[in-house]
Amino acid sequence: MALLLIAFPLLMALAAFLVDSSRLRARMLPVAGTLHLVLLLVALRHWDALPGGAWLGLDALGAWVLMVISVLFCICAFYAPSYLVLRADRDSRIFCVSLLAFLGLASLLAQARHPGVAWVAMEATTLVTAPLVYFNRNRHSLEATWKYLLIGSVGIALALLGTLFLAYAAHFGGLEEPLHYTRLMEHADLLSRPWLRAAFVLCLVGYGTKMGLAPLHTWKPDAYGESPGIVGALLASGVTSCAFLALLRIYGVMVAAGEVRFAQELLVGFGMLSMAWAMVFLVRQMDFKRMLAYSSVEHMGILVFGIGIGGVAARFALFHLAANALVKTVLFLAAGNIHRSYSSKTLPQVTGAIRRTPVSGWLFLLGFLAITGLPPFAPFISEFNIAAGAITGGHLLAGVAFLVLLAGIFIAMSETVLQVVFGTPSPQRVRTPYSDTVATTAPLVAALGLAALLGVWLPRPMFKLLEQAAVSVNGSMAPMEVRVGPRPAPVLTVEVSHD
Amino acid sequence: MSPDLLIALTILSNFVLVATSRVNKAIQIAVVQGILLGLIPLAMGLGRHPHILLMVAATIAVKGWLIPFLLRRALREVHIPREVDPYVGYTVSLMLCALGTGLSLILAHMLPLKGGTKEILLVPAALSTLFTGFLMLVSRRKALTQVVGYLILENGIYLFGLLLVEDMPLLVETGILLDLFVGVFVMGIVINHIRTAFDSTDTRHLAELRD
Repeated sequence: MALLLIAFPLLMALAAFLVDSSRLRARMLPVAGTLHLVLLLVALRHWDALPGGAWLGLDALGAWVLMVISVLFCICAFYAPSYLVLRADRDSRIFCVSLLAFLGLASLLAQARHPGVAWVAMEATTLVTAPLVYFNRNRHSLEATWKYLLIGSVGIALALLGTLFLAYAAHFGGLEEPLHYTRLMEHADLLSRPWLRAAFVLCLVGYGTKMGLAPLHTWKPDAYGESPGIVGALLASGVTSCAFLALLRIYGVMVAAGEVRFAQELLVGFGMLSMAWAMVFLVRQMDFKRMLAYSSVEHMGILVFGIGIGGVAARFALFHLAANALVKTVLFLAAGNIHRSYSSKTLPQVTGAIRRTPVSGWLFLLGFLAITGLPPFAPFISEFNIAAGAITGGHLLAGVAFLVLLAGIFIAMSETVLQVVFGTPSPQRVRTPYSDTVATTAPLVAALGLAALLGVWLPRPMFKLLEQAAVSVNGSMAPMEVRVGPRPAPVLTVEVSHD
Repeated sequence: MSPDLLIALTILSNFVLVATSRVNKAIQIAVVQGILLGLIPLAMGLGRHPHILLMVAATIAVKGWLIPFLLRRALREVHIPREVDPYVGYTVSLMLCALGTGLSLILAHMLPLKGGTKEILLVPAALSTLFTGFLMLVSRRKALTQVVGYLILENGIYLFGLLLVEDMPLLVETGILLDLFVGVFVMGIVINHIRTAFDSTDTRHLAELRD
């Protein structure tokens, strides 16, 4: 089953490469996405029965992240055919192959039980997504691709050094290969501390570059700004989720080794820095696609902040991964539609989208409200609980700063978004034949609906999966929950709605 | 030959690399370094393990022949014989490289080595090579020289990997080498696109996107 999840999308990629009709090729995407999701749901029944020495297999954490990626891929895949019809002038062969290959490699990463295999999968996702950034084939997209490739490769190289340091930490302590995560965590007390710490720092910097944590995010606004909306959605929610998972695996080893304080301080620091940095660049941001890129930097910051706080906040950081992925997909695809309709993505040209493309305009507005934490959407639940976790868990200052940054980002983003959606149409605007159709908006409506649903209800099996994933991140001791006491009053009220 | 000599030669090649302005020579040095790295496991007396012999052959083939071949082909297509006015001059680069090597020695001193390790130079050499690659990446303008920098950075990581060479799974090693090759291959393609789009491979043209 584990192999099938990986091999199926890769075989579909091969088929897409061989098929000559571009219409048929585009149709293969939703088919592959749906079948992958079905396969995953079947595989999910056995996520808890993973043998310790397996090289590949789904555990709770990998299953949760892969499910997020698979759902997101499905949404993008249903959107893709109508998009590719609009871009009939471009050869869609490499585009479809890259998309499908990414899905296969993400499945490999999610199921990799060895840090080396996980690294190889992560590097490969960088390489297969690079052609996607270059889809528009102009000078700007070329610049974005070069930065994406070079900065991403250097970051991933540092993560490789970190992975080797981790292996040396084990070698030093007399623990020999094969160093599966399970084995590393079981024998974590043997690991050499200086090497382990250095390994974590390198992996944080390396995978943090791929996630786009400030100050290593410099490729992000360019890559997201210059690539099609659908690629932005895939990068912002898919590739970053992969990197986040790779980082969480190393973090799990740190927790098991009792180095959790050191790791948490770094994560909280990087998280706050990313949020603050994003806020600065969100103020008066004229380019709405770059605005989404900085919003993505912010949300990567929220993820590592939540993990750094630990306990309840870590569980909701994992929940935020899903919430952010869904809403970011809506935002990027809606932004792509608006970009298409105005043939521009900067402010004085693009105003009054709600009149020209009413559905995309509304989706963009609702997506913005959702991502900045409006109830009942899912990001509200996660952001609220991460803040609550920080404040009740003894990180009062960090929690307050977190809320202040969220508010600041809401204000900064609202200026740009409101002008794009409601502003008076500018006289120099360009007329394009694009108008919203069912095919280009229905997947977005579905994604936003899902984000609203997740905000009020999480099916029981999913909840169990999430809880188990959080346990594997926090370690069995879950240090924060002990301090909160048996009845974490304000947190529970919102949590209950999840059962 | 003792492994220490090969490691010292590797460090020396870093210095030659940052001081050279000719792209062709930079690629040559990368070849020399790739072959040196390939030979170190043999000098360490690990030639008896078949999987290490396999890895030595693969390393020399990829780092010493395949990747330089790709780079040379790209060089022929783009006709840029030398790196003109880099962001950081050659003298300063040399001094920075020396500084980086010194710092690597200090840093490596802080990390304990497993008792009985003979190749105590490996960790400082790895860090110093890593630093050199990083320096090349940020201080050079030509896309091709930046790729050479990336290659050197990977060489530094490979040097560190030699400490673990005896028990690293072959699967992981092959994956790493394959990723490196494909990475350089993709970069080569992008360089070619840069040339056709701008009629040069100067990355100064790639600075239009900003806030």
